[in-house]
Amino acid sequence: MKYFLISNNPLARDTLSAEHELVFVDGSFLDVLYEARDRCHIGHMLLSHPLSGSVKPNETLYKTVMISKKTGPTDLDSVLLLEKAIETAKKFGRVRRNWQQRELDDFQVVDLTLIQSAIESCNESYET
Amino acid sequence: MKLELGFIKIEDVVLGSESKIVDGVLTVDCEAVKKLVLENDKIKDVQIDVAKPGESTRITPVKDVIQPRVKVEGPGGIFPGVIAPVDTVGSGKTYALEGMAVVTAGKIVGFQEGIIDMSGEGAKYCPFSKLINLVLVIEPIEGLKQHDYEEAVRIAGLKVACYIGELARTLTPYRTKAYETPTLTEGLKLYPDLPRVAYVKMLQSQGLLHDTYVYGVDAKKTLSTFIYPTELFDGAILSGNCVSACDKNPTIVHENDPVSTELFEQHGKTINFVGVIITNENVYLADKKRSSDWSAKMAEYFGVDAVVITEEGFGNPDTDLMMNCTKIEAKGIKTVLVTDEYCGQDGKSQSLADSNPAADACVTAGNANQVVVLPAMDKVIGTLDYVNKIAGGNENSLRPDGSIEAEIQVITGATSEVGYGLLSAR
Repeated sequence: MKYFLISNNPLARDTLSAEHELVFVDGSFLDVLYEARDRCHIGHMLLSHPLSGSVKPNETLYKTVMISKKTGPTDLDSVLLLEKAIETAKKFGRVRRNWQQRELDDFQVVDLTLIQSAIESCNESYET
Repeated sequence: MKLELGFIKIEDVVLGSESKIVDGVLTVDCEAVKKLVLENDKIKDVQIDVAKPGESTRITPVKDVIQPRVKVEGPGGIFPGVIAPVDTVGSGKTYALEGMAVVTAGKIVGFQEGIIDMSGEGAKYCPFSKLINLVLVIEPIEGLKQHDYEEAVRIAGLKVACYIGELARTLTPYRTKAYETPTLTEGLKLYPDLPRVAYVKMLQSQGLLHDTYVYGVDAKKTLSTFIYPTELFDGAILSGNCVSACDKNPTIVHENDPVSTELFEQHGKTINFVGVIITNENVYLADKKRSSDWSAKMAEYFGVDAVVITEEGFGNPDTDLMMNCTKIEAKGIKTVLVTDEYCGQDGKSQSLADSNPAADACVTAGNANQVVVLPAMDKVIGTLDYVNKIAGGNENSLRPDGSIEAEIQVITGATSEVGYGLLSAR
């Protein structure tokens, strides 16, 4: 596998861990972005968009991103895209909601399907 | 390619026991529509209702809005590859029912569907408040997965729209309009002195519940390609998503593609409208790079002087928007972007999640974070259960008196990024 996943989504962990390397972040949406950014600083590349999905970062609690396993010189585009995403996520702040488990499950499903879309694209590509 | 669009004016919609259009009144046979919808065994039940402009009625959670059309001359049928067989559409003659729409509603993912208010403050922001809406509230069978529910609702809405459209086949339109796109070489000869303009239309394609279909093909599996604008008018592109209400493009918006319509208005006068380049908004970054490389390459090959670029959504698509813009500008082609903004309730924050100095001509469709108070309505079609959950609402959105305080992103079509909305400086 040429990539690994960083996620705080329990459904993504439970569904994908068996066949994919997944770093589970026991934290927030922003914590996932910070983790991804820090990995990119040491030479990994960002492979999926950090703000994937229509659900705004102040609403969904979950995020899964895809990072290259291979490392090289720091990829500034990756770092920049993550920094912009972090800035956007911070700007939105957090809307106070009393999410029911049903909605939390929906958010997890949406995040999972978005990253599966990236996985599908990546698996079809021979680029390393 | 030439298409003549004929418009059948619908003045009223009533529920009855026989489907027909007589003197501008559409009567809908409820049992027939119900039977059509329930052909899909994933659907447990459907409630059929009518909402008219000016009524104290709220429709929520809204999934799609579809304009009934029927192809009366020329190859293919409406919604090719999905409802009609695959065939190239966009030529011949098509009739559109004007003044009404089929609206599908149902809780698919509760935080993503929107509100249509037929009167009051919300109606001022909602283009669909001006239509007589035949609403289908669709209930799934127990335990149906979200994406299967989305598909069932999508297909049910399209089938009912085609069923209604078929009623107009033998009628006479009260007005017609012809749209024609010449070939590249013909266009050059016809308008040698006019600037050549293409429309780069970005389609939502991030994955399940975020999809758009082109001739039945999931747009995320497509390369950027050329399409005649009149193909859109025959339903070649349709909505299959549950993205934010305010800036999603429901199917009716693709059928009436506002940017193409406006460019057609100027075609032969101030510009030479070459056609539409469709491209996607995938999650995987290499897909974005490939798709934007491709749209820039096509714009260059068509020898255009300028393009209009629109996106669908916020965040992830902003990166595609900037990639398309910078790569096309780098080829010496001018770009104008159309988008909405998420610049905070005070309007002071950065509008988009991505930006570039090349994006120096941008038309805004409004600030999705703008706060409005929607008064209580006498009638609710659907359910208010999800109002506190919809993107743009919060836990206190639904007040005890039934009014709603929320951002305009809860209103379907409020900040349409292709200019289908009502917010305008005109």
